[in-house]
This record gives sequence, structure tokens and C-alpha cells, in this order.
Amino acid sequence: MTTILRTEELTGAARFAADFDTFLRELPASEPAAVTALRRMAIERFATLGFPTLRQEAWRQTNVSPIAQGTFVRPEGPEPVVDLSRLEPLAEGAAARLVFVNGRLSSRLSVLGDLPAGVIVASLAEALEKAPDKVEPWLGQHARFDDHPFVALNTAFLRDGALVWVPRGVIVEKPIHLMFVSTSQGPDPIVTFPRNLFVTGENSQVTLVETYAGDGAYFTCPVTELVAGPASVVDHYKLQLESREAFHMATFQIEAERSCTPSSHSISIGGALVRNDVNAVLDGEGIDCILNGLYLAEGRQVIDNHMRVEHAKPHCASHELYKGVLDGAARSVFNGLIHVHPGAQKTDAKQSNRNLLLSGSAIANSNPQLEIFADDVKCTHGSTVGQLDEDAIFYLRSRGIGVEAARSLLTYAFASDIVERIKVEPVRRDLEELLFARLPQGEVVRQAV
Amino acid sequence: MLQIKNLHVSVEGNEILRGIDLEVPTGAVHAIMGPNGSGKSTLARVLAGQEAYEVTAGEVIFDGKNLLEMDPEERAREGVFMAFQYPVEIPGVSNTYFLKAALNAVRKHRGLPEIDAMEFLTLVRQKMKLVQMDESLLHRPVNEGFSGGEKKRNEIFHMAVLEPRLAVLDETDSGLDIDALRIVADGVNVLRAVDRSFLLITHYQRLLNYIVPDQVHVLLDGRIVRSGGKELALELEEKGYAWLEEAAAQPVGA
Repeated sequence: MTTILRTEELTGAARFAADFDTFLRELPASEPAAVTALRRMAIERFATLGFPTLRQEAWRQTNVSPIAQGTFVRPEGPEPVVDLSRLEPLAEGAAARLVFVNGRLSSRLSVLGDLPAGVIVASLAEALEKAPDKVEPWLGQHARFDDHPFVALNTAFLRDGALVWVPRGVIVEKPIHLMFVSTSQGPDPIVTFPRNLFVTGENSQVTLVETYAGDGAYFTCPVTELVAGPASVVDHYKLQLESREAFHMATFQIEAERSCTPSSHSISIGGALVRNDVNAVLDGEGIDCILNGLYLAEGRQVIDNHMRVEHAKPHCASHELYKGVLDGAARSVFNGLIHVHPGAQKTDAKQSNRNLLLSGSAIANSNPQLEIFADDVKCTHGSTVGQLDEDAIFYLRSRGIGVEAARSLLTYAFASDIVERIKVEPVRRDLEELLFARLPQGEVVRQAV
Repeated sequence: MLQIKNLHVSVEGNEILRGIDLEVPTGAVHAIMGPNGSGKSTLARVLAGQEAYEVTAGEVIFDGKNLLEMDPEERAREGVFMAFQYPVEIPGVSNTYFLKAALNAVRKHRGLPEIDAMEFLTLVRQKMKLVQMDESLLHRPVNEGFSGGEKKRNEIFHMAVLEPRLAVLDETDSGLDIDALRIVADGVNVLRAVDRSFLLITHYQRLLNYIVPDQVHVLLDGRIVRSGGKELALELEEKGYAWLEEAAAQPVGA
């Protein structure tokens, strides 16, 4: 057994390693040497790590062998035509909308609205060519790949994505939308490595929405780095609406500086096999970090959320609330680590993971972890896995609400706790509609909330 | 309106109701009194359709229909309302919107059109006054963070909006201070009507000072051991239940 598994892993990893030199030759000659060097380090590291196995602690509940055994190809040829009608309403009222099709910026579908002076919203590929000074100092500095094969893979093969650069003191009032759409062209599923870099200057403010979607089978492996400058306010949203056949292995890395207020809401709905790593390093005093999430899984979907919050300095707060609704034979993993460094006194860290199981075959795994090396801190965590409250169902029914509608209403109420925290109205509305459409008797729910 | 015949009910194999016979005519207010564990609340919950209770014998006829065959929501739509002894908190579901969905479910069943938002608001404002409910409770999630008294008033408020034909009040008085009790009782009295019946389930006679019943029944150990007029409640207040327990212990016909 063991031998077979390892051979297959090597095959999968070797496939990427073998492709790397070809890939390098396709890159523009103007690429900064430091970036190429970073790629080489990353592919070497990936070759050593290989794809993770269930024997590794960080992956013991999520089996990525469907990815390791996959025969993914990098997309080629002209930009395919994609239907954006599903995603377009999300970006209503946006300051800018960048659309990436099969990993590359589509200038046809992208819209740059009126951005305040000095704000850069651009294709990372283009920025690497034209303004490397806005990329190089930050790229790959925070999303570590030494123990994460998918971050290594992304770093080796990154090609395009969004660069958002907000200068000191600038407030971008309308949200910036980044949409990543995948659609395989040939017989083999494609793989893309979106790479986003968000840098916010001191005392600036911005709202960013990343949306992932697509058709059929493919593999998306994104990495987003946010460097939140002192006292900046960054509201980040991620909507994972991938196709049900897709694989999605994503990392969001937050590097937070003094007194900034980063918040992230991660909504995971699509995908066959999904992993979201969210890492926040609170590296200055007075940071207030909010990390919330909602995952809805059914059928045989697997959704894994791995959180790591590092309190490196005193007087920081981190609040995490992740909620999951699981139906069918879906499986979820929530792993939440809070690490408080020595000297990070007055840390206020709160973490909560709540799971609602709608079927007897769904499974939710919840693993909170605290590592505390300071003595004057307040750290709490809690996790629950449960079913709908029968007393509440009966109460609703006894007032005339049908049993199906009662169940849907309670499920909606559970999920909307996260949805209603979303400040970007078209996004919130879209998710509410998505819930109404998904829940049986959704019309009754719409009326009752 | 309501006929209960030889009703036997078990919970997890224990027989709680052991042959209840009771008839509540249209427009009447009947009270059921009894000590803890006598089966009062079981009777209320069986009427509302809680599934944990197993009816092993007997029948319940409501408006000529077999009530026991109906799902809880069907009963509600037919006009049965139960005010819960312990109203359930439902986070995330707005008190008003939920009530609107409930009212529309009832209206639909009766062949009436859905109520529009403005009409509903007018109705709600009017009914709230009945129980002197603070408007802020409308916009909060159902019962969440309500005080005990607010929960009970909210039950009467729901009842007032849904306008049932039969209202079963399961110990709505317990835990209420005298002011709240008066408010609840006044609400019920306003809703008394020739075509609406009430079944008041209570442990204490005090409620019946404010809602004067047509009939009082004493439930002991799963059976109705005595029925009478409103003066029976006063007798119970004076003597307690012990004298009836002794009487009930005598074999029938001895």
C-alpha cells in the first residue's frame, strides 16, 4: 500500500517539476532576477516536500491524492470566451474589476473605474514588467513555502493575479473586485496559480473581494499576500464558488502592522476538494484582526479551513468565527491555531467554530489549538458540531410553518450570522439569494427573515 | 369544538395520560389544574402535536376532524394554538418576519390572500398594544434575550396575530409577577370570543381570578378526577390537591 501511494505522489509532483524548465522559458526575459531565484527555490522545495499525505499533521484529515494523481496542464492558447453574467452583479458599484480567465488578466472583461490618485490596481504580470519596484519588495516575503507544498507550487509557477497598492492616507471607498474564472479547454484539466499582492499604506482604507468560479474540472491554487500598513483598514472577502468538480487549494497570508484593522470573510461553497489556509501575523501593537468564514458543503464535497493566527506583539485582538453547514456525505475540517509569542501581553484572542450537520452522513472535524507563551492574555476557543434544534423546529411548526420551511429557516439563520456581516451589499445580497435558492422552501425563508 | 375521548399517552413507555375525557364547547374557557407531574403539560403538547408523545389509545376531535392525524403545522393552520410553557429562543429569525410567514401560512390554508407589508404592520402594532409589548421586541430574534415575562407576553402576542380557534395556554402564568400576569390575562380576555375556545393549563388558581373559566377540571395522575365550575378552583386553593388524591385512590364503584 505504502509503496504504491508514494510512487503516485512522486509521479504527481514529478509532473510539475518536469514542467518547470519549460515554464521558465515561456516567461518574459524582463523578469527580475530575484523573482526567478524565488521560483527556483520554491520548485526545489516543492520537489522535496512532494504532495502532502495523511501522515502529515496539517493534512491528516484531508486527502489530496486526487490532486497528486491528477494530470493537470497549464492553460494554453487564446483567452476562451466565458460567461460572466453570474459574477457580474457581485461587482456592481465597484471601483475596479479585474477578471482573470484561466489565470491571465482579461483586459476585455476588466474594468478600471475611478480610482483615487496613486492607487494601483493592475495585473501582477504587467506590474512585474513595468513597475517591479511595486512588487519585488513584498512578493513571497510573507507567504512561506518551506512547509507548504501548494504555496511552493504557486510561488514556482505564479504568472498573473492582482496587484493592489494603496498609498498612505488614501481611502478607496468602493470595493475592488478580483474575479478568477477557470474553464478547461482540452481533455486534461487545467491548473492555474493566481497570485495576488495587496499592499496598503499607512492610514489607508480599502475593500477587496476575491471571487473564484469556473466550469467543469480544473485545479486552482491561489496565494494572496496582504501587507497591511500601520493603521490601515482592510476589508477582505473571498467567495469560493468553484465548480463542483474543481480542486481549490488556497492560501491567504496577512502581514499586519501596528494598529491596523484587517478583516477577512471567507465564503466557501463550491469545489470538490477545497483547502483554505488563512495565516495572520500580527506584528505590531494595537492590531484588531477579524477572520470569519462560512462553508456550505453537500454531496461528497470536502472543505478544509486551516487558520493560523500569530500574536507577535502586545495589545492585539483577533476574533475568528467560522460556521459550517454540511449536508449529504460532505466533510469539513476546521483547524484553528492561535499562537501567542513571548511578550505578546494583553492579547485578546477569540476563536469559535460552529458546525451544523443536516444529514447523518456528514462529518465535521474541528480542532482548536492554543499555543500561549505569554502570561497576561485572554484566549478563548470553542467548537460545536450539532444538528438543528428539534425544539425550535417544533416551535416553528406549531405556529403553522411547514417542517421543511422550518428546517430551512433555522439553517438560514445559522448561516446568515456570517452573511449579514458582509458589508459589500451586492455580495451580501447575492449570498442571501444563493441560500434562498439552495434551501427547500426558500420562498418562505425569504419572507421570514 | 374540542372532544377528547379516552386519551392514553405514553412517553418512553411510561403512561402519562390514562384515559382523558374532555369536551370544550365553542366559545368556552376551560381550565385544567393539577399538581406537578399530573400530565397537564403532556396534554397540551399532545394537542399541539409534539412527536415525543405516543398516543396509545383514544381520540381527539377538533371541529369534527381527527386532530391526531395532523402534523403540528396543519393543526396550527386549522386554528389550534399552543402558548408554550417554555417558549423557544430562535437566534437569527426575526420575531416579526417569522410571525408574518406564520400568518401567511395560516391565511393560505384558509384560502385568504397573503397579507401585505403595510397591512401586517398595522395589525402587529394593534396587537402589540394588547400585551403592552415593547416595539423593540418585534425586531429582535424570536425570544432571544427576552425576559421570562417578555417571552410569555410574546406568546400571547403571537396568539393575537394568528387568531386561533382553540388556544391552549400551557402554564402561561407560571413565573409571572402580578403585573405581567394581569397584562397576559387582559390580553386573553380581549381575545375571548363566541367562536374561540380556550384551554388554560395552570398549577395555580391565581390566573383564574383574572381569566374566569366556564369549567375547571382537575387532573391527577393522568386522569380527570373532578370537574366543576369556577368555584372548584377556589376550593383547590384552600384545600390543596391531597383530598382529591385520596378520593382518586378509592377504587371506582367502591
